[in-house]
Amino acid sequence: MGSYILKRLISAVPVLFGITVIVFLIMSMIPGDPATAILGSYATPENVEKLNRDLGLDKPLVQRYFIWLENMLTGDFGRSFSLNRPVLDEILERFSATLVLAGTSFVLCAILGILAGAISAARQYGLADKLITLVVLIGISIPSFFLGMMMILIFAVKLKWLPVSGMYAIYGGGDLPDLINHLIMPASALAAVATGVVARMSRSAMLEVLRQDYIRTARAKGVRERRVLMGHALRAAMVSIIPVLGIQAGFVLSGAVYIEMVFQWPGVGRMLVDAILKRDLLLVQGGVVFVAACYVLFNIAVDVAQSLLDPRIKT
Amino acid sequence: MTFLRLLFRNRLAGLGAVILGIIIILVTITPLLPLPDPNATATANRFLRPFSEGHLLGTDHLGRDILARLLYGTRISLAIGLVSAFFAALFGSAIGIIAGYFGGRIDNVIMRLIDMLMAFPYILLALAIVAALGPGLMNALIAVAAVNVPFFARNIRGITVSLAGREFIDAARLAGLGHTRIILSELLPNVLPVIVIGISTTVGWMILETAGLSFLGLGSQPPNADLGSMLGEARAALITAPHTSIIPGIMIFLIVMSINLLGDGVRDALDPRLKSGALTRPRATTRVDRKGPVPQADQKGLLNIQSLETQFHVGPRIYRAVNEVSLHVSAGECLGIIGESGSGKSVTALSVMGLVASPPGVITGGAVRYDGEDLLDASYERLRQKRGNNVAYIFQDPLATLHPLYKIGDQLVEAIQSHNNTSTKEARTKALELLKSVRIPNAPERLDNYPHEMSGGMRQRVGIAMALANDPEVIIADEPTTALDVTVQAQILTLLDDLRRERGLAIIFITHDFGVVAQLCDRVAVMYAGRIVEEGQTKAVLDAPAHPYTKRLIACVPELGGGRRELAAIPGLPPVVDRLPEGCAFAARCDKAQDACHRGYIPLNGHAPRAVRCLFPEEVV
Repeated sequence: MGSYILKRLISAVPVLFGITVIVFLIMSMIPGDPATAILGSYATPENVEKLNRDLGLDKPLVQRYFIWLENMLTGDFGRSFSLNRPVLDEILERFSATLVLAGTSFVLCAILGILAGAISAARQYGLADKLITLVVLIGISIPSFFLGMMMILIFAVKLKWLPVSGMYAIYGGGDLPDLINHLIMPASALAAVATGVVARMSRSAMLEVLRQDYIRTARAKGVRERRVLMGHALRAAMVSIIPVLGIQAGFVLSGAVYIEMVFQWPGVGRMLVDAILKRDLLLVQGGVVFVAACYVLFNIAVDVAQSLLDPRIKT
Repeated sequence: MTFLRLLFRNRLAGLGAVILGIIIILVTITPLLPLPDPNATATANRFLRPFSEGHLLGTDHLGRDILARLLYGTRISLAIGLVSAFFAALFGSAIGIIAGYFGGRIDNVIMRLIDMLMAFPYILLALAIVAALGPGLMNALIAVAAVNVPFFARNIRGITVSLAGREFIDAARLAGLGHTRIILSELLPNVLPVIVIGISTTVGWMILETAGLSFLGLGSQPPNADLGSMLGEARAALITAPHTSIIPGIMIFLIVMSINLLGDGVRDALDPRLKSGALTRPRATTRVDRKGPVPQADQKGLLNIQSLETQFHVGPRIYRAVNEVSLHVSAGECLGIIGESGSGKSVTALSVMGLVASPPGVITGGAVRYDGEDLLDASYERLRQKRGNNVAYIFQDPLATLHPLYKIGDQLVEAIQSHNNTSTKEARTKALELLKSVRIPNAPERLDNYPHEMSGGMRQRVGIAMALANDPEVIIADEPTTALDVTVQAQILTLLDDLRRERGLAIIFITHDFGVVAQLCDRVAVMYAGRIVEEGQTKAVLDAPAHPYTKRLIACVPELGGGRRELAAIPGLPPVVDRLPEGCAFAARCDKAQDACHRGYIPLNGHAPRAVRCLFPEEVV
């Protein structure tokens, strides 16, 4: 197992490398002079030249890339001019907030989605199946930012059950119950679409598995139906559900950008949008590379989980 | 046409089509409607509620008419979504076709690049592009299209690779056509449907994604607004004027939902598996719906199948897989059921414990008595307690019939614990004994093996061990040796025979091989097209087959050493059991058939245990 993890980590190196190249190339597509873009059109030529030198923009493209890469590898993501602090510090702080939100949503969508899908398959064409299918259809069609806004209207404004936005209460609070209170709405709004997709996939994976010969064997042995469904069938279906979970993690991470805007969550997505609007390109560049790298590592974890689940995968 | 009919038979897809149709008509005629200018501000009329004078849906924070903005916004959103879907499909498909058609290094480099693009959570890539190009509707469109290129590239490459190896492409190459010609005239027409399906499944997403970017303020810029930026601008007044948010939100929801519904309908209509209902879940037991009276109990054997009728109901078709089959087996006895594939022998066997997949299987008549008790009448729990405990099964292909993800030790333990309250430790000891009793070498280590780690013969031994787990009285072996090679086959048969003698098991042995029947069975029943056509003591049937079909079937068995007899295949195919001919089902393939063979019902005649269903039998029985 250790060697398998190592092998996967090594195979991720070129992907991580490619990510930095792609991000760098996209960022160098900026029309015109970045320094002018940052400083605005009223900047003096001296200031523009100085900033260009500070940013290393006077050097050729390839050299600039390797300087940037080398700095990143030593933990220097540059300095955000709009926040006037090191990019990495800001990213780490913001990413931990995103991780709380997206992580919770991911766990929610995995558990609820698989459960709903399994129940739906077990009760195919029954009332529960039809109900779940309907809810799933609404879930995957509603934009998460709209769902979030509607949740605020209902649960925060009308019913006053939950706080409108933010991660912690401004006065007092700051403890775990406070965090959970603030987390419920954004996490469920973010999880809605992914839950729907996971539920759908789980349902069809279960239906596919339930037709297999080994399910008939389990029944022929006299295994109780509940165990046939939630043991034999679900276990086998997980093999095709887990890759879907890996993909959905990407969607949850993406959706977090919207949800962070709606709920004023101090995460990395809101940071990126603010940075784009302020043309703080180093912050965008660093943030995108950092989050993408984390996602790559997460996908390796998914592969490892898959190999633990399925003994047929050669490790 | 059938496609459209299937699509609209799906009521939800029809609903989607109607909603989407209305929206598209509305936005097409929008410029003709008597609407106020969507960008005309009137700060005195801010936040008017819906159904206000002159403003059907009210006004927004600048006093602009929401209905007008909604319709113009929907126009923009739909157009942007469609255009980005088009460009994503165009570039993605081009890349995919080039990679798949040329293969080799080109393919490798391109697909590596695509993999890297797919390593990003999609929005990061979109944000990076917008960050570089600056906020704006066009740039959002470019970002969303670019992000979806890898999806098309990967799918289309897969299709192209499979097409590029086909004969017609080779033929075009040999004809001297250039690469461009081949791609455009031979490949593209075949790939196009896949591209269209790809667009139909992603366009909803793309509308949502561009709306999302606009919502973040990175897409369409004021004063113009698509649905996303309407929602984004309204967010500030969410609490005071919720209708300004709710209206565009519901519009996005309706668009995406109707596209999703339509897309599902398209997929279902195109997926032939769903048409035949094959994706329905088999129930825990076969449905029993007996039309006629239940046969009276008689004292034949331990397991007694009486006039069993099992059918498959697929749409309007009824396949009579098992037709009035009566069989019985006593302790220590081995009964063979023989026939070609599709003759109903496996379905007969599976009907005993209600294991026929249902739907589509239905047991429509007869009785299955175990020790006098009618199993077709038993509750699920009663049947479950008998499964594996009294009547156990051995199936054909042990790679498919053993659970691939459980260790075989655990599968054995589960079989034991399903019927006994033994501790796992005790059950494991029993499992070990079972593996030894079926002569598996290194049994203790084998317990921790997965099925794929064993050979076919070893797996079938595990299958037998599992059948023996609860010391059943009856074992039903459904072609247990068909998937094995001949030497292993002989070992398994010897093993079964020994077990029968040691434990006094009653065995029903299903096979298509008379050689196997001769080796193992006391009695044999020959099935054809769902009916028993001949039965009797194995020796009697083998020595003097009475039904022409049996005779031909025996002639199919090669003879070792002798070689005097001609080995003959039976010409023709068995009839399809949803359209059984009148009279004898074999008549069409029988060289002795006469007019009478094609008429009426031909009964099973003879003196027990010998009987034949033939008007002109080869031997009198």
